Amino acid sequence: MSAPKTIYDKIWDAHLAHEADDGTCLLYIDRHLVHEVTSPQAFEGLRMAGRSVRAPEKTIAVPDHNVPTTLDRVNGIDNEESRIQVEALDKNAKDFGIHYYPVSDVRQGIVHIVGPEQGWTLPGMTVVCGDSHTATHGAFGALAHGIGTSEVEHVLATQTLIQKKSKNMKVEITGSLRPGVTAKDITMSVIGVTGTAGGTGYVIEYCGQAIEELSMEGRMTVCNMAIEGGARAGLIAPDQKTYDYVKGRPHAPSDADWDKAMAYWKTLFTDEDAHFDKVITLKGEDIAPSVTWGTSPEDVLPIDAVVPAPSDFEGGKVEAVARSLEYMGLEAGQKLTDVAIDTVFIGSCTNGRIEDLRAAAAVLKGHKIKDGMRAMVVPGSGLVRAQAEEEGLADIFIEAGFEWRMAGCSMCLAMNPDQLAPGERCAATSNRNFEGRQGRGGRTHLLSPAMAAAAAVTGHLTDIRTFEGAA
Amino acid sequence: MEKFENVSGVAAPMPLINIDTDMIIPKQFLKTIKRSGLGVNLFDEMRYDQDGSEIADFVLNQPAYRNAGIIVAGDNFGCGSSREHAPWALRDFGVKVVISTSFADIFYNNCFKNGILPVVLPKEAVDTLMDDAGKGENARIAVDLENQTVSATDGTVFGFEVDAFKKHCLLNGLDDIGLTMQKTDAIDKFEEKYAEIMPWV
Repeated sequence: MSAPKTIYDKIWDAHLAHEADDGTCLLYIDRHLVHEVTSPQAFEGLRMAGRSVRAPEKTIAVPDHNVPTTLDRVNGIDNEESRIQVEALDKNAKDFGIHYYPVSDVRQGIVHIVGPEQGWTLPGMTVVCGDSHTATHGAFGALAHGIGTSEVEHVLATQTLIQKKSKNMKVEITGSLRPGVTAKDITMSVIGVTGTAGGTGYVIEYCGQAIEELSMEGRMTVCNMAIEGGARAGLIAPDQKTYDYVKGRPHAPSDADWDKAMAYWKTLFTDEDAHFDKVITLKGEDIAPSVTWGTSPEDVLPIDAVVPAPSDFEGGKVEAVARSLEYMGLEAGQKLTDVAIDTVFIGSCTNGRIEDLRAAAAVLKGHKIKDGMRAMVVPGSGLVRAQAEEEGLADIFIEAGFEWRMAGCSMCLAMNPDQLAPGERCAATSNRNFEGRQGRGGRTHLLSPAMAAAAAVTGHLTDIRTFEGAA
Repeated sequence: MEKFENVSGVAAPMPLINIDTDMIIPKQFLKTIKRSGLGVNLFDEMRYDQDGSEIADFVLNQPAYRNAGIIVAGDNFGCGSSREHAPWALRDFGVKVVISTSFADIFYNNCFKNGILPVVLPKEAVDTLMDDAGKGENARIAVDLENQTVSATDGTVFGFEVDAFKKHCLLNGLDDIGLTMQKTDAIDKFEEKYAEIMPWV
């Protein structure tokens, strides 16, 4: 009998196309997702070398980073550089014959939301994209990770990636979550424990009762931020929820292929006694609604905590925290719930799915956002937007005073016009609170959709457990 | 890709930990469709104020470090986004080596594709080199990829590990797409067998 394997080991073995004597491996890639920012140089490289795309039928492109999210975007993109980049993707998709969802297509959206929605992402697959949040697709029990543009070119040309195998790490969340605690709080709390480099060199498998109890949307939120913990990828074993989510989607298998696929997918679990190089266990009931206070995703605390002092830390973190607090305009000892907010952003590949919009709308129903608050909802895809309109969520957002936007990455990284001004403070459901991430001098607090909605109403960071009218 | 030559010279100290790729090259410079010309915007928001004037105390604006070919950095350099614009900007500025205790995974791989050597050393060694780098033109750090060593000004030598294949590609300036395409037969064979087992993919 062969040695017990983790899911990662199994997916790796199934995709090993070649192994050289020195251990350098060629990993076969099942799905290559492409967006406009990290791909133009790769397509240019192909053209210069006279190369074609090896598997255009496994390559899917969608513009998301640069696209405006205002309704007038049908008139075109004002910013010349952004327009050129999106037009370059239009042309590259056409010239190389790859699947494409242009800005005008209702299915357009953030690449990591479109992939699963259209059934491109399936259990057991290898999925790559020139984007670090490719980790999202791990929620399906796929091995999914970000790559650089040179690697994008490599995959386009060869449908493989030169890889060394990562180590296995298990993150187990036991028990159930308490009310008001979400997938976002799980994934941020894990990074609070591991730090942003704790996962470097590892592929994480998230497991345990609290993970099993999450919806597919929640699992995508958890895996999405595996990269913020430094991991190559994060994944979750597929189960009935996974199969139910996948079944019937446009590019999911059907008929005899479905049965074959299911038979294979059911082998995608970690064998008993499989070896993990690192194990982290958190109790679900110990996880609190969380928020970041600094400029690294590891700077996270329960919402009822106070801003820490540099002296609470050691080594290089002391200087980093001093710099963070100055950048964020916060004082050590200040209660996080006293931090006043100027802007609320709900969206991104972390929290731009229907369940996120439902959670935010449930909090907002019957409320208005605080006077002077700037608040926007940017659905993760055109289909999420349409569904939210059908469910009446859009009306709740609009009545509360939110702007109801078109799909895209938007203020998560502020490559389009949705940006923070210097000093502007934002409660954001996105994934990075780096200096300048949402606009130069902008201050970001990462949190769950429900907590973002509550902050929009009260005007300050708010504990969802004590928010009046909370579900 | 150019062949990687040994580097000897002034190194810029950047002790801050978790320097992310948003800091290395902010998003407004990702709208380019080229790989070149990003050096002027390397560390843009740390290097220039809102008016575009240089911030005098930023390390690369100081006279000793304006042409630094080496950066000695705090832990977890290059975390965050996968943007290859980060190594493109470093390379365009003239940085050929970054030394730290640790690098984020995607950034680390991206460096090798662009003729940049990321060197991982233990904390004590990085601390020594950081002190050395702080001496500006009075210090010279030498990096030898062939022998996998970094030498401080006083002659202290630190050995480092690097993947043999990555080293080979860097030293010879090899395009790894070309190398992989030599294995097309193996990929073809794999794909054929794979399509049989997993027809739905």
